[in-house]
Amino acid sequence: MLSYKAIYVIVLREFKRFFRQRGRMVTTIARPLIWLVIVGSGFVNLIDVDTGANYIQFILPGIIGMTILFTSVFSTISVVWDREFGFLREMLVAPVSRVTIVFGKLISGTALSVFQGTILLAVAPVIGLNFGLSDFFLMFIFMTIVALAITSLGLFVASFLTSLEGFNVIMNFIVLPMFFLSGALYPVENLPAALQLLSYINPLCYGVDSFKHILLPGGGSLSAELPLYVDVIFILTFATVMTFLAALVFEKRK
Amino acid sequence: MGVIEVKELVKSYNGVRAVDGVTFSVTEGETFGFLGPNGAGKTTTINILCTLLGFDSGTAFVNGFDCVKEPLKVRSSIGLVFQEVTLDNELTAEENLKFHCYMYNMSRQLANERIDEILGVVGLADKRGTIVKKFSGGMKRRLEIARGLLHRPKVLFLDEPTLGLDPQTRTNVWDFISELKASLGTTIFMTTHYMDEAEACDRIAIIDGGKIIACESPGGLKRSLRGDTIYIKSTDDERAAVELKEKLNLSARKIGSGLSIIVESGEKFIPKIFESMETPILSVSMKRPSLEDVFIHLTGKEIREYQAVAPVRPHR
Repeated sequence: MLSYKAIYVIVLREFKRFFRQRGRMVTTIARPLIWLVIVGSGFVNLIDVDTGANYIQFILPGIIGMTILFTSVFSTISVVWDREFGFLREMLVAPVSRVTIVFGKLISGTALSVFQGTILLAVAPVIGLNFGLSDFFLMFIFMTIVALAITSLGLFVASFLTSLEGFNVIMNFIVLPMFFLSGALYPVENLPAALQLLSYINPLCYGVDSFKHILLPGGGSLSAELPLYVDVIFILTFATVMTFLAALVFEKRK
Repeated sequence: MGVIEVKELVKSYNGVRAVDGVTFSVTEGETFGFLGPNGAGKTTTINILCTLLGFDSGTAFVNGFDCVKEPLKVRSSIGLVFQEVTLDNELTAEENLKFHCYMYNMSRQLANERIDEILGVVGLADKRGTIVKKFSGGMKRRLEIARGLLHRPKVLFLDEPTLGLDPQTRTNVWDFISELKASLGTTIFMTTHYMDEAEACDRIAIIDGGKIIACESPGGLKRSLRGDTIYIKSTDDERAAVELKEKLNLSARKIGSGLSIIVESGEKFIPKIFESMETPILSVSMKRPSLEDVFIHLTGKEIREYQAVAPVRPHR
């Protein structure tokens, strides 16, 4: 059913394209840093924090979440891009199953996201957040499953879209609310009840929460809000369902 | 059984039959052409044979595999060159070819051997590490054809292989395809709306409105016209047509702004027109039968008449 060599070469292609498009690489690395420095230092003194973490430290897990969100979602633009510029047909006539192509795109989007998230993780000690090797590995695992969940959501949506304009419109309506309702910039419990409800169907919210568990263990009122096992179960379930749906849609559409 | 066997194939889009009961068979080593205007059903047929598209009824077999039940087997035995460029412009020539090899499950070593070989054949050996973005239209075409041949397909599908290329490059691509055919013996199934390209085929199926209206060798098709075509322009076509019928017992076809008639010996016939007709004649021209004439004769239309401007895709 799956052709591993094909998956390998699809992933290799996405990485080559990513590293050749300098602008894209610079944007995805610079954006989180701008958020961290500008938004973080703008709010750091405005918000009176009683406990262990300051505001810049508080938003780091959220900014890692944001980076994964943007990288994952915008990596799925390659599906629309390939469709528009014909390359998708080269893949569709190859003797591999549609699921192989979906997995190739899923793995490349996830890997690129985790790569970006790991770079950002290097900032943590600079702003006074220290963690050990085991925490690093845990972060790595959580970043991977969050990236998987978001990439599969992106793939599912992208497989319906036929133009790059459509992709940008739709994705912005998905990406920005997902970011603002993720608990990245303020705790979810501070939101009105209706918005809290939306947060609790947002996979990124659980992702950011799982990052807070590791990066802000003693953050007081700014630390994680849900039990870690709830985060993990929700993200894994979401990723599985979305991957399945994306594969299904891909199989049907040509 | 032929390499391609299609029987009573039907495919509709929103109630319009794009392919309407098409039946044909292609034998091994043959160059088989689909000739017809845009929208005649050529690309739809190719997409069905390449398993990119389903169909409503009929059967389609390629290399003995059922296009519906065994799509992966069909796909691994065919090569395909699309109308539009389907290379990755951000990758080098070699990377594009390598992508293809791995998609077709070749080993690294085999991939390298084949890439070396095919780049030599298409004359792009020195462009191996060049990003495809920098290639000219003709070079991209050659690279695509090379890619389509990497996995040694039994059948190569060429969908309008020279669309959007300048005449010089078209000629080069064609010389190249004939050389390949001579050396590899691959069966070629191609579509075109250029008459000169159709001439190069062993057999042609003329397709119009989703139906095959003739299927024969170019020579056979031309012989079927049994004579020369004479085009007459006059001040009053209708009156001229009536005169031709009454005085010379010939039925004329109205073509654009004039009439066409088919006679056995054109040179001897032209004087007769001036002798017997009263309608003022503006011009007379004669042509030995060409595929164009066959097409006009069979469809009543010039292929150029309803050729829309081909959609030009942005290449990056």
